[in-house]
Amino acid sequence: MASVTLEKINKVFGSTHIIKDVDLSVGEGEFVVFVGPSGCGKSTLLRLIAGLESITGGELRIGEQVVNDLPPRERGVGMVFQSYALYPHMTVYENMAFGLKLAKTAKETIEERVMATARILQLEELLHRKPKELSGGQRQRVAMGRAMAREPRILLFDEPLSNLDASLRVQMRNEIARLHHRLGSTMVYVTHDQVEAMTLADKIVVLRDGRVEQVGSPHTLYQQPATKFVAGFIGSPTMNFMPAELIDGSAEGCRVRAPGLGELALPQSTDGQRSGAGLTLGVRPEHLRLAEAEGDNSFEIANVEYLGNEVYVYLEPKAGDTLLIHRSEAPSRWKIGQRVALVPDLDHVHLFDGDDKALAIAKQSQAA
Amino acid sequence: MSIPATEGAPQAVRPRQAGYRGTKVRRQRVRAAWTFLTPMLFALALVAGWPLLRTFYFSFTDASLSDTTSALFIGFENYLVYDDGAWYGLLTDPIWWRSVWNTLFFSVVSVSLEVVFGIIVALLLNAEFKGRMLVRAAVLIPWAIPTIVSAKMWAWMLNDQFGIINHLLMALGIIDSPIPWTASATYSMWAVIMVDVWKTIPFVALLVLAALQMLPKDCYEAAEVDGIHPVKVFFRVTLPLITPALLVAVIFRLLDALRVFDVIYVLTSNSTSTMTMSIYARQQLVEFQDVGYGSAASTLLFLIIALVTVLYLYLGRRQLGVDQ
Repeated sequence: MASVTLEKINKVFGSTHIIKDVDLSVGEGEFVVFVGPSGCGKSTLLRLIAGLESITGGELRIGEQVVNDLPPRERGVGMVFQSYALYPHMTVYENMAFGLKLAKTAKETIEERVMATARILQLEELLHRKPKELSGGQRQRVAMGRAMAREPRILLFDEPLSNLDASLRVQMRNEIARLHHRLGSTMVYVTHDQVEAMTLADKIVVLRDGRVEQVGSPHTLYQQPATKFVAGFIGSPTMNFMPAELIDGSAEGCRVRAPGLGELALPQSTDGQRSGAGLTLGVRPEHLRLAEAEGDNSFEIANVEYLGNEVYVYLEPKAGDTLLIHRSEAPSRWKIGQRVALVPDLDHVHLFDGDDKALAIAKQSQAA
Repeated sequence: MSIPATEGAPQAVRPRQAGYRGTKVRRQRVRAAWTFLTPMLFALALVAGWPLLRTFYFSFTDASLSDTTSALFIGFENYLVYDDGAWYGLLTDPIWWRSVWNTLFFSVVSVSLEVVFGIIVALLLNAEFKGRMLVRAAVLIPWAIPTIVSAKMWAWMLNDQFGIINHLLMALGIIDSPIPWTASATYSMWAVIMVDVWKTIPFVALLVLAALQMLPKDCYEAAEVDGIHPVKVFFRVTLPLITPALLVAVIFRLLDALRVFDVIYVLTSNSTSTMTMSIYARQQLVEFQDVGYGSAASTLLFLIIALVTVLYLYLGRRQLGVDQ
């Protein structure tokens, strides 16, 4: 087990700057998830930690040791690949023992470790099979077993579940979470799926265009997204965004006007914002209430989705073309074509400034 | 569970009637298969089957090249005959056995060298470097040149008086006097092996390169993270994974090498130190006009190649997927 520290890490491929000044620390035994849209550099960042790519600038430490120039084998990392990367001509046992065998580990130790790993991952029955005789989930477990058998200081996962079907993904996600709980080892996990990130992580790192957008616990990211990007990326269905205009505001709170919602008094501090400034208002689907339409402030229902336990009501937006989503417990009395008023829960409304940065809640209202 | 006999009986019969074997679709497929196969089988019988049977037949006769129609059946006399207190026939001819030995030696050595160098060239071509496409094309040149042409070219280069090879070696001070590469009993076998290896490396390299490019790239990254030395990765991962392709390359080359004729005939003609089974058979059949005896040699050549092939397929059955 070890911690990982990244300081001003940069990576340039040819003329493309992939990773830009990333600072990050992964504590001992922590489960950290890198999440972001494709092309944000999350896999590259993981491969930099693994040593599969060279670092262009900055410092990478594993434990206390600077490992910038160490080859992967000297970093004490184990990696699970998206495509499993099992050796096709070896049995499950051989796959797991291969690294140990060539490291000249004693035969008894190899057997002991492989068997112990196989027991944890429930692979004992499969030890003599070849990868092609295994299902996707089993291959995934073997890939994890191979990485674990060497008892690395850090386990790295590169989108390990994206080749599995939806139900298996949920099951494997659970197994990985339990594995982390049991082993307590340091894990760094890359995914583009925010649900995986939310369910697995102690700490989520949201990446965008090679930069760290926000680092925090799943709860922090969900409740207090630092930017509009994080707010939109985390949570499903996604947060509703509406343009809003600042009427007046101070360090203690503000009043904004949003088309279709009318005037709202919000607890955000708008220091440094001029009256009339264009803001973005964000509300999660579960923090909206639907009411009978009155006056001009109404929206037309575009669609109603019934999911059994809950209902999504889609509303025509006043600006832009992304439908607004309202989420409530089933059943719902709302029908397509009806006009309704939207009432946001004011304690859960997010405000973003012109640069898409979240405006902080004013101090006294936070205390209250 | 007990099923009344009246209900059970038709159930038991039905699968057979509606079985895959008897269906209309099945019959149509069988008919289509035969339709496509027949011309091929006919052509094979005409160009391979018939000459082969003729050769078998002639090997039991005293046919001569000038007159094959009046050939008399003489049984196994071309192979082995006891006459006047001594054994005669192909099986007692030391030059024949020398040819067999030469053929096997040539085949084993040249194919082994081709495989080793073929793999090395393929690994080089598989690496990323500038102008890779150009080098790939250039490597193919020896394979693209007709054997007669390249053999003649090498014959000139290896010429003991005017050949550039002797000239270079002497200029470098490696040898004092010119070596008669293709004429000397010591060097001629190695000279023909070298020319054959030079010519066929591209073939093996190309097959191996195709196999290399099919390999899963991520395995190599996994091995890198696992800290496995690249040389070990080659022997423990790459080599096992390209073995099926390698075995295919070897059988192609082995069949070619066992019936080798052109390169050796052009370089060393009928010299016994490099004479192969094919050259021996040709000499008997064409130069000595003895169709019966030459056919006996050809028949044995066929049997030896068949034996080696069967043996090879049997030994490599798992890797080649023959029994799957």
